[in-house]
Amino acid sequence: MPEPFKRLAQTHEARLLLVILAMAAILLVATPEFATLQNLVDVLSANAFIGIMSAGLLVVIITGGIDLSFAATASVAQYAALTIANRAGIGWPGVFAIALAIGLVLGLLNGVFVNSLRTSALIVTIATMNVFYGILLTLTHGADIFALPDWFNAGIEFVFHTDEQGAKLAVNFQIITVCVVFALTWLLLKRTNIGRQIYAVGGNPEAAQRVGFRVGGINLLVYGYMGALAGVASLVQAQFVQSVSPTALVGRELDVVAAVVIGGTSLSGGSGTVLGTILGVTLIAILKNGLILLGVSSYWSMFSTGLVIIGAVIMMALETRKHRVVAEKGGAA
Amino acid sequence: MTDFLQLEGVSKAFGGVRALSEVSLALRTGEVHCLCGQNGCGKSTLIKIISGVHRPEPGARIRIDGETLAQLTPAESTRRGIQVIYQDLSLFPNLTVAENIAVGLHGGPVKPVNWKRIRQVAEAAMKRIQVQLPAEAKVADLAIAQKQLVAICRALAADARLVIMDEPTSSLTRTEVDALLALTLELKRKGITIVFVSHRLDEVLEIADRVTVLRDGVKLGTYDAKEVNDRKLATLMTGKEFNYACVARDRPPTPTVIEVKGLSRAGDYADIHFDVRAGEILGITGLLGSGRTELALSLFGMAPPDAGEIRVFDRPVRFRSNRDAIAQGIAYVSEDRLALGLVLEQSIAANLTMSVIGKLVNRAGLIQDKLFGATVRRGIDELMIKTGNAGNPVKTLSGGNQQRVVIAKWLATNPRLLILDSPTVGVDISAKDGIYEVVKQLAAHGLGVIMISDEIPEVYYHCHRVLVMRSGRLAGEFVPGRCTETELKEAVDA
Amino acid sequence: MSQAQPAATGRLRDRLDATNLRLLCVLVPLILILGYLEGDKLFGVAGLRSMAFQLPELGLLALAMMIPMLSGGIDLSIISTANLCALSMACFMTTWLPAGHGAGGSLLLVGYALASLFLAALVGLVNGVMIAYLRVPPMLATLGSMTAVKGLLIGFTHGNVISGFPAPIVFIGQGTCFGIPVVLVLFLAVVLPLSVLINRTPLGRAVAMIGSNERATRYSGIDTRRSLLWVYLLSALLAAIAGIVMVARFNSANAAYGESYLLVAILAAVLGGVSPLGGFGKVSGVILSLLILQLLSTASILLGLSQFITLAMWGAILLLASGGIVLKGWLDNRMRNARPATPADLPMKTLDGRIP
Repeated sequence: MPEPFKRLAQTHEARLLLVILAMAAILLVATPEFATLQNLVDVLSANAFIGIMSAGLLVVIITGGIDLSFAATASVAQYAALTIANRAGIGWPGVFAIALAIGLVLGLLNGVFVNSLRTSALIVTIATMNVFYGILLTLTHGADIFALPDWFNAGIEFVFHTDEQGAKLAVNFQIITVCVVFALTWLLLKRTNIGRQIYAVGGNPEAAQRVGFRVGGINLLVYGYMGALAGVASLVQAQFVQSVSPTALVGRELDVVAAVVIGGTSLSGGSGTVLGTILGVTLIAILKNGLILLGVSSYWSMFSTGLVIIGAVIMMALETRKHRVVAEKGGAA
Repeated sequence: MTDFLQLEGVSKAFGGVRALSEVSLALRTGEVHCLCGQNGCGKSTLIKIISGVHRPEPGARIRIDGETLAQLTPAESTRRGIQVIYQDLSLFPNLTVAENIAVGLHGGPVKPVNWKRIRQVAEAAMKRIQVQLPAEAKVADLAIAQKQLVAICRALAADARLVIMDEPTSSLTRTEVDALLALTLELKRKGITIVFVSHRLDEVLEIADRVTVLRDGVKLGTYDAKEVNDRKLATLMTGKEFNYACVARDRPPTPTVIEVKGLSRAGDYADIHFDVRAGEILGITGLLGSGRTELALSLFGMAPPDAGEIRVFDRPVRFRSNRDAIAQGIAYVSEDRLALGLVLEQSIAANLTMSVIGKLVNRAGLIQDKLFGATVRRGIDELMIKTGNAGNPVKTLSGGNQQRVVIAKWLATNPRLLILDSPTVGVDISAKDGIYEVVKQLAAHGLGVIMISDEIPEVYYHCHRVLVMRSGRLAGEFVPGRCTETELKEAVDA
Repeated sequence: MSQAQPAATGRLRDRLDATNLRLLCVLVPLILILGYLEGDKLFGVAGLRSMAFQLPELGLLALAMMIPMLSGGIDLSIISTANLCALSMACFMTTWLPAGHGAGGSLLLVGYALASLFLAALVGLVNGVMIAYLRVPPMLATLGSMTAVKGLLIGFTHGNVISGFPAPIVFIGQGTCFGIPVVLVLFLAVVLPLSVLINRTPLGRAVAMIGSNERATRYSGIDTRRSLLWVYLLSALLAAIAGIVMVARFNSANAAYGESYLLVAILAAVLGGVSPLGGFGKVSGVILSLLILQLLSTASILLGLSQFITLAMWGAILLLASGGIVLKGWLDNRMRNARPATPADLPMKTLDGRIP
């Protein structure tokens, strides 16, 4: 097998792809509904929220930080944007602007705290999560909004297929957004110098400081980006479930962390790819979808996810150990 | 010959403590200049002033290329071509070699990455010093010597006129050191000024044109490298005379503490035989990579050998972990004191007792204050550790005192064999003497000692016998006194 | 030669370190202010009792979080483990409890409790093996076990609430013993030995050393893998006891109870001086921080504020506390005019050039 191909095949992403293909193959055979366009659209739409959040969290984790407040940020953004949408006729641009702005501001707040407080990002974002969430619930009393503007409920879609029964298949708001977000994130990380600075800060924050990268600025950028994406994701979710619930999103933070980590991103920073994250989200999505289609009670879906996470992290730990032994041998001239 | 950089009357104090007093320094364009001095002599402060990180007190004059500068900021210093390569190299392990070299291109406002240009810049820098590194490899996958080359290329790519290298040779093998020194000459030929900060006095003298010695913030003088030798430098740096004599002697009729027969470990060492008696100090030396540390780790139970036998007091032993070795009376003072020998953030007391904490308990399994305190006090007294409060974190101690804490920690386990791996690295010259004294005392009290070091004088003057290892095998046994220091050096370098 | 008594054992003087003093500086004025605003209600019998009832479950969870954090890790699975213990107790009690509640009934309950603790210990063991022997990073390992355990519970219970327990359990949850709530007695009965374990046993010292530098600790001859195993076993057991307290107090059990407690437990531990990087932290500090948090919570309810404000306040307090530490450090620096690089301050580099 030619050298570069072999090296590619040994990457984490390749292994993930293999697992995903294996799962897909099993499901292809076991259930007829898996390989339908309808199912594909449904799975994509249902997981768009997690996908968008994962993209944002990926960027934060690459710098060596972490953010557990994004679900709270999303809840705030969602509530504010749609409350205003209900009261004033602002339309899509308006609702986007508000959600993005709120997400951005809350994210920047995280960035400021991470820069100035001498404690870990984990602690900072746990604290801000409590502050955002607590204030939101106090002001809203946890009340859901069930009546959303019609134009919002209708979403944005591009119908591409109408089947015999007249049911429409469309590339909807969720799918468009998640694709755009992943593309944007990929551009940022791979094609801009700022993206390389993000990796640099994660790889060696001291050196980054020494060569003149503004680490504080990078922190503001990544936490702000995460916040902004949380705002966007909140709209995606609200449109999908056609309602706003301040308490629904908080509690799913660790699902997003799991997706990013399964995708091969190290929590200590410096590594991680958009492709890996996409695969991580896909793995969990197909798993859950597959279990439902196979008729496994949905009550067992979380357990299966847990087993997958355990399997994945053990596998990654063993990979790291092998790599470290090799590196030590090679590095000690 | 013109001067690239001139410093006059540079003084700097922090709080009430004076770091530099009226230091003047002139660096000629294209010379190799070495800066010597012990910890705390002010050399890092001086370097930071040159690179703009610190501002000197008013009254100092800084001239670069003949132009007097009002003040020197980091940005200005970089712009003028001053590049510092710190000991940790400041590289990004997760980025490629090309990106690390051309790292300046990643700075500035948001813009698309120009991969082609990065590659061009990196290759140009590598070509200037005729090195070939895999441009697309991640720096994490490189060996230390190669990483150093990346750091130097980065300085070149930044159009360096002055390159300051802080302890560049500490992790390099002899061959790599030679390559680095040759590279330095190459840079010099291109008109780049090099400043070396190094405690390896023999290397310093090999390559330097001039040497500046600092002591306690004062410049003692700048000397032509041909005028001084390492002993004279040591005297200047510390203000003390060091005269060592051989301690070699006939082997004592004491019991054999450890005996090793036919010991082999694939990829590390093969066919090792030796023995150490109580009261003996056996030196093991050889170039970096000769398998010395791996051998030590095998004796300590952390890297089991594939073949051969280890006997402790004539009983064959097989260690499954270092705990077994410690139980058999073997102690190992690692060469990497800061990462493996000490827990820096924790207190001196905690570090002193950590290997024996399980024995300082009463019947209920609770730590006894009296036993604990006694162990701490004994460690501090016996090793004469200079500290006011054993509750302070051990990182507040100097290198020499830290090493004493490590040795004291191991002595508390009542070892029969003490393995010291590069025990005086990062320890000031005056403090080294104290460590040698300690080792001599320990041997006199009946401990067997193995001293591993790549400083020839260190093993020559302080060991009873010296083994030379080369590429994992024993290359010879020497008795200092019956051979000269030069002969030993040649055997090692062969 | 050196005079200062090594700070290794739990003396009162050692308890009053910088962190605890800082916490006392917050606690005492807080008590005074709140006493002024709400004195009779807050510090009256009813107020104190309500706080005394609520503190133990968060307290146990905070302690369960503290031990892994001391070792430089974290345990995200404590809530799931608590619920595991609570639900298994609940299942046992609703399925197999004899009608009468005499000594036999109580003995049976003790048996159920032990069995539930055993289940929790299994989770702790799995965590410990993954982290200590397979070298999985603690956050990831416990993320996995948290999800798996919660999933297991949901699978078995379908998310239903199990309730209706016999009198002895209700007594534990809501009864008092000489005026002190039984749950508080339980809490104290756990806190004291735990504090002794951390401060005065070799295991406790080993955990702190591991938290600061695991490799050096291993090189020094401590069995770090076994110590880490114990760490996660202990955190699971503490979480399990918290679960028993929960099931007793709520008189019900559910797979999703206490979710919000996870991050608050981390918050309480960090506020109490447990370093997120590991190696440092005192039980006394965590207790003080719990008192502050509990006071704020109860006081705000009495003041008529929404219960959600409590969460926000707790988050704000942590940010303020961290900010306060940074401010103090900055002030210290200004006053000392930034000491020069003493040998100790010089960047300490390990052999491969890293800064440890």
